[in-house]
Amino acid sequence: RKFHSYYQLHFNPRARAAPPAGDSVLFDDTSSAPPVMNSQGFYTPGHNMAGPPNDMHGGSAVNNLFTDPMANAAMMYGSSIANQGKDIVNKEISRFMSVNKLKYFFAVDTRYVLKKLMILMFPYTHQDWEVRYHRDTPLTPRQDVNAPDLYIPSKHGFHYIHFTGWNGPWFSPEVLGLCASTALVWIIIEVLIMLLSLYLLTVHSDLSTFDLIAYSGYKYVGMIFTVLCGLLFGSDGYYVALVWSSCALMFFIVRSLKMKILPSISSDSMGMGSNNKPQLRLYITVATAVFQPIIIYWLTSHLVR
Amino acid sequence: MAFTLYSLIQAAILCINAVAVLHEERFLSKIGWGVEQSVGGFGDEPGIKVQLMNLIRSVRTVMRVPLIGVNSVCIVLLLLFG
Repeated sequence: RKFHSYYQLHFNPRARAAPPAGDSVLFDDTSSAPPVMNSQGFYTPGHNMAGPPNDMHGGSAVNNLFTDPMANAAMMYGSSIANQGKDIVNKEISRFMSVNKLKYFFAVDTRYVLKKLMILMFPYTHQDWEVRYHRDTPLTPRQDVNAPDLYIPSKHGFHYIHFTGWNGPWFSPEVLGLCASTALVWIIIEVLIMLLSLYLLTVHSDLSTFDLIAYSGYKYVGMIFTVLCGLLFGSDGYYVALVWSSCALMFFIVRSLKMKILPSISSDSMGMGSNNKPQLRLYITVATAVFQPIIIYWLTSHLVR
Repeated sequence: MAFTLYSLIQAAILCINAVAVLHEERFLSKIGWGVEQSVGGFGDEPGIKVQLMNLIRSVRTVMRVPLIGVNSVCIVLLLLFG
């Protein structure tokens, strides 16, 4: 299957041009290109304080920024200090959380978002749930529809917080902060419990913290759909939408996490994952799935009263 | 049940305090959860109980000193602001 996907990656006529692996897969970061300073010694004495060297007409370009070489040197020194400061800030931030890993989760495009939303709401027809890899690194969400992303959960999380402010046709901003922190606390609790249970059962999967945040944030899609139906169609619509999105979300979670947590047949010849009561892993996936509708109901029922 | 961020911090501090007060030789060894019973075989898959014992021991080792500071700050703040 890996060969099949590799083939697909390179020879699929409908896929986008396969970018090389590594940082340029995500997006081109042009903000760090240093300013081009070419001082070719053209010197027009009547021209003081020229702007940045962006008009190059043939050979008579004005390339000296300042007539004073000391100010020129001072400006180059200042820009090198700024670059050093930027490097220090990047290094400090990447000590706490890896920015590249975070960038991976936001590398989405419209086609992926639409397909993912459709899968979240109607996952029963989706066939292939496995996350494809490209030379041992998981593919970005742009190329693989099964990859988790953080764009959809965060966007819908903000929408949900926005919805909690509406009380009928009037917007009351006092409850916004409380609901926002409640939702955040529930996410933190769920991710912590998942991490704890994965650690205790020594599940060697490649689910990172951000993956778990992504998977537990997908419930916000169902929540918003439920709240909208509840507001539009009243209490009956709310319960129907709740049941529908709960079933869809449970199916989605079980199928997605099954690939990662439960031992797959071709993974390890030593049978490393399967000797510690494999039904415990099944319990974890099912418990995660069952937890979702409870939370959905808990967090949205007060909105549709 | 409306959670504020402060209640989350409070709950976390209380839980870590609870784990930190489990004494190694007076209590954990008596109920068979001591650390000397956790050195099992060298195979993989240590099992839930061993993992839990290792987790408790590591939490106690790591959080012992920061907990002193955090608890003092909490005590002072609660005395001042109720």
